[in-house]
Amino acid sequence: MTKLRRFILIFVPYSWLVILFLVPFGIVLKISLSDIAIARPPYTPILDLSTGWAGFKEYLSQLDFENFVFLAEDRLYFLAYLSSLKIALISTVLTLIVGYPIAYGMAKAPNHWRPTLMMLVILPFWTSFLIRVYAWMGILSQEGFLNQFLLWTGLTSAPLTILNTDIAVYIGIVYTYLPFMILPIYATLEKLDDSLIEAAEDLGCSRLSAFWLVTAPLSKPGVIAGCFLVFIPALGEFVIPSLLGGSDTIMIGKVLWDEFFSNRDWPVASAVAIILLLLLVIPIILFQRNEQKNREANQ
Amino acid sequence: MTGRFSWFNATSLTFGFVFLYLPMLILIIFSFNESRLVTVWAGFSTKWYGELFQNEAFLDAAWVTLKVAFWSSTFATVLGTIAAYVMVRSGRFLGRTLFSGMIYAPLVMPEVITGLSLLLFFIAIGMDRGATTIILAHTTFSMCYVSVVVSSRLASFDRSLEEAALDLGCTPFDAFFSVTLPIIAPAVISGWLLAFTLSLDDLVIASFTTGPSSTTLPIKIFSAVRLGVSPEINALSTIMIGLVTIGVISASLASRGLIARREKEERLAQK
Repeated sequence: MTKLRRFILIFVPYSWLVILFLVPFGIVLKISLSDIAIARPPYTPILDLSTGWAGFKEYLSQLDFENFVFLAEDRLYFLAYLSSLKIALISTVLTLIVGYPIAYGMAKAPNHWRPTLMMLVILPFWTSFLIRVYAWMGILSQEGFLNQFLLWTGLTSAPLTILNTDIAVYIGIVYTYLPFMILPIYATLEKLDDSLIEAAEDLGCSRLSAFWLVTAPLSKPGVIAGCFLVFIPALGEFVIPSLLGGSDTIMIGKVLWDEFFSNRDWPVASAVAIILLLLLVIPIILFQRNEQKNREANQ
Repeated sequence: MTGRFSWFNATSLTFGFVFLYLPMLILIIFSFNESRLVTVWAGFSTKWYGELFQNEAFLDAAWVTLKVAFWSSTFATVLGTIAAYVMVRSGRFLGRTLFSGMIYAPLVMPEVITGLSLLLFFIAIGMDRGATTIILAHTTFSMCYVSVVVSSRLASFDRSLEEAALDLGCTPFDAFFSVTLPIIAPAVISGWLLAFTLSLDDLVIASFTTGPSSTTLPIKIFSAVRLGVSPEINALSTIMIGLVTIGVISASLASRGLIARREKEERLAQK
């Protein structure tokens, strides 16, 4: 009886994930090895189990790596991967620069302020991502608020073009992923023992060197976690480059979307997805290692 | 640290929160603008809200979105709680590594890939796309978030309480519902809320898995804002920001109340 119950408990979520996560992924892998065809569905070969074993062998022999060769040869895709990496990397660094002082300020705030500050950081995270990106469209456009402000202060004499450039994409990523950076850094800074910094200052460190020698190294796990939490989703981002970016902002998430919806080339879209995933495997494994290390350190 | 803010911390916090909130504040202010131009103030008006409520397409999309969010978060909460229970309590079983991998993978999987793979799956099995397929898709990725939230609560939970209930003659089923569930309830509720907002918010996966008959609000908003800024979208955004703010603040107050009450009960029980 208990065995049966245990089996059912494991079986239900397990089979759900196998059917709706693993199998779909297998299908992507399979279609990435197929060829485009003018048919429904728009690719060949199609697996027909009624033809038996011989049919299956025939089917396997028609699968090939042609799409991957195509992706490797076409400079567009290579550039798209490269520029996604560049944009994700730069925005991660920018998010760290913006987020660290906020997390630091929160950790050093008076105790009774902290729940409120915490809430203020989390609240935007619950608000629609799409709306938060959209909010910047009105700010960054030619006649937007930023340009109105800059012209009013006299800092610029003509409106700047910011919307539909890479700079707008950076701003969008920093803005939307900022809570992911702040929270893990705050978590490590909050646990930090203040007496360590006092000791460093007593031993003759200036406040700045105490920060560099004590606070910064001790907050490293939080910084690393925050960077991964920004970098990983930023790499496959679609909404931000398509609303804030220009036609020359190529990011891989957008390329995949266009390949699927505009070109209706399912095999190439699937191959793009597989390579994006391969690109993500390394940072994801590094991230898991870092988390594991933190858990062990905390125990 | 008690005491006061240093000037450096006060400045960085002020700048940080201005950066986080100013864009949304501007969005809200300009939803009450008389003019169609969203960047030039022309006087106070609520006419865009009126137009919004007359827009059948938006109302339909809002209804579909709420329906999808409600069902997918409910299914995700049930499945995610079971999954968390399995992860924390079931010890070793065949394919456990694969199972925990499948729980964590959707959290880091780019939405475009999840969406694409599910669409290709629904096509392969010949399923008609619409609200049902979006619910299935959202349930799958939300259950992973729910199980992460619930399993951290389950891991810190004192098992002896459950064992006491079993010793006193409860069936495992009863013990779960009368002892375990009330204790992990805050995590289950926040898991449900998280799943609900994730579903409400999702554009990419919904765009892939939907059919021509069901358009969700994010899909509608996305196709509208692609053409540029519009005051109706500002009005819609303001309503959504307002609802979320009320929801988050009341949920946090409620959970603070719940925790305070439980602490009081525990203190009384120890006397």
